[in-house]
Amino acid sequence: MGKITTKNLNLWYGAFQAIKNINSTFAEKNITAIIGPSGCGKSTLLRVFNRMNDLIDGVRMTGEVLFDKENILEEAADLVVLRKKIGMVFQRPNPFPLSVYENIVFGQRIHADINKRSVLDEIVENSLKSVLLWDELKDKLKQSALRLSLEQKQRLCIARLIAVKPDVLLMDEPCSTLDPQATARVEELMRELKNNYTIIIVTHNMQQAARVSDDTGFMLLGELIEFGKTERLFTTPQDKRTEDYITGRYG
Amino acid sequence: MRNPQRTEKIAFFFLLLSTLLIVVPVGLVVVIIIQKGLPAINWQFLSDMPRQGMRAGGIFPAIIGTLYLVSGAIVFALPIGLLAAIYLSEYARDNLLTRIIKLAIINLAGVPSVVYGLFGLALFVVFFKFGVSILSGSLTLGIMILPIIITSSREALESVPQTFREVSLSLGASKWQTIRYIVLPNAIPGILTGTILGLGRAAGETAPILFTVAAFYLPRLPGSIFDQVMALPYHLYVISTQVPNVDEKTRYGTAFVLLALVLTMNLAAIVIRYRFRKKKKW
Repeated sequence: MGKITTKNLNLWYGAFQAIKNINSTFAEKNITAIIGPSGCGKSTLLRVFNRMNDLIDGVRMTGEVLFDKENILEEAADLVVLRKKIGMVFQRPNPFPLSVYENIVFGQRIHADINKRSVLDEIVENSLKSVLLWDELKDKLKQSALRLSLEQKQRLCIARLIAVKPDVLLMDEPCSTLDPQATARVEELMRELKNNYTIIIVTHNMQQAARVSDDTGFMLLGELIEFGKTERLFTTPQDKRTEDYITGRYG
Repeated sequence: MRNPQRTEKIAFFFLLLSTLLIVVPVGLVVVIIIQKGLPAINWQFLSDMPRQGMRAGGIFPAIIGTLYLVSGAIVFALPIGLLAAIYLSEYARDNLLTRIIKLAIINLAGVPSVVYGLFGLALFVVFFKFGVSILSGSLTLGIMILPIIITSSREALESVPQTFREVSLSLGASKWQTIRYIVLPNAIPGILTGTILGLGRAAGETAPILFTVAAFYLPRLPGSIFDQVMALPYHLYVISTQVPNVDEKTRYGTAFVLLALVLTMNLAAIVIRYRFRKKKKW
């Protein structure tokens, strides 16, 4: 049984259909990569899972997305609860213009009304430790997060998310602004995180999908062409279009 | 023959000349007012009641009156203007109603100030029976500066990057929490700048207070918001045109105080904006 399951999922931006009848299952405590050329709908699919597409006027969806057996596309779905459980890491590192400390406790400030210093301190320490930033930043907690390096910023964004205690991490090209070394370290972090979280990552970078993911889905023009074990998909693709893409014939 | 170099020089000369022409009047106004007004400034001038039909003594009640009016205007205009700006920037969809509201705000900014004066007289003084009072004058000035506050607050709110809102929502914050904790704090310098510019405008206007609050000659401080007060711009008008034989020094001294008040506010706005721009890095 998957953590997230989509059934006959369709999505339109106005008259344009961005997602076409997608059926897929995202396994718990696994990394699932979604690959495909620009404009194939992979980011849109990711943003279905935390309903971020709702921010755009004229979006319409049909079908079902089951998260822990509940359909999150229901009108009645509580978006605040949903987004606490399904968090997102964005393409560009985007810390708030606050201190490192305040970035991490943002979730507590809005959700928990916790103001006890000791509790917050502990959350900050644990969150930073889980993204392997604690040793680098423990003396710079009061410093503005905007002054960190890109990699540190992106790790901090992950820490900020982890502090909310989600089940699922959605990652939208999280390494696209990072250099190769930083990318390798963030990928290492993802492997670490998968022990506790279900991760779905959208990436342009096929090597990255091959390196970090357990399952991979290949999307093209809004359709999910092929979905399966990463190793299998990259070694023996069953669809001609998948093969063309992973061998670099387009994309 | 055409000579592109010479044409360019001529064009450049006129461009520079036009630009300098903008600076000259500002400089002249400031220099003349300082030169003629500064000698009148002393503690007695600032802190004393006017005497002998405003020919002697100080301008204390006019300074206090202007401060009251400006404070009153801001107490009224800032909350309403800011809330309206939040609605327009964060909640309003782009539909007919929103477009009508935006058009109304632009037009509100274009209404001549004397019309505001008459409007305040009709609505606050007569209809609501507030009388010629600080309350009526403050409300009139408040309405006059509403468009400035709404427009600058909206710009400040809209300059907060969209990604901040997305991140906040993606962390499970509600829309209002996002506005309260992320958008507003980052927009405050811009809102403050607009507010101070609005204050400067309110402090300097004569027409809106003419029928609604300003006293011709009232050498005492107001007792309540239903009292009349003297105010600097109107006082300046009175001693310049309505009272014979007022010292030139007194007139320019009054002008100096008013100018200093308004310029200080504008300067504060500029400083806040500058410091904010230096700090912001996204």
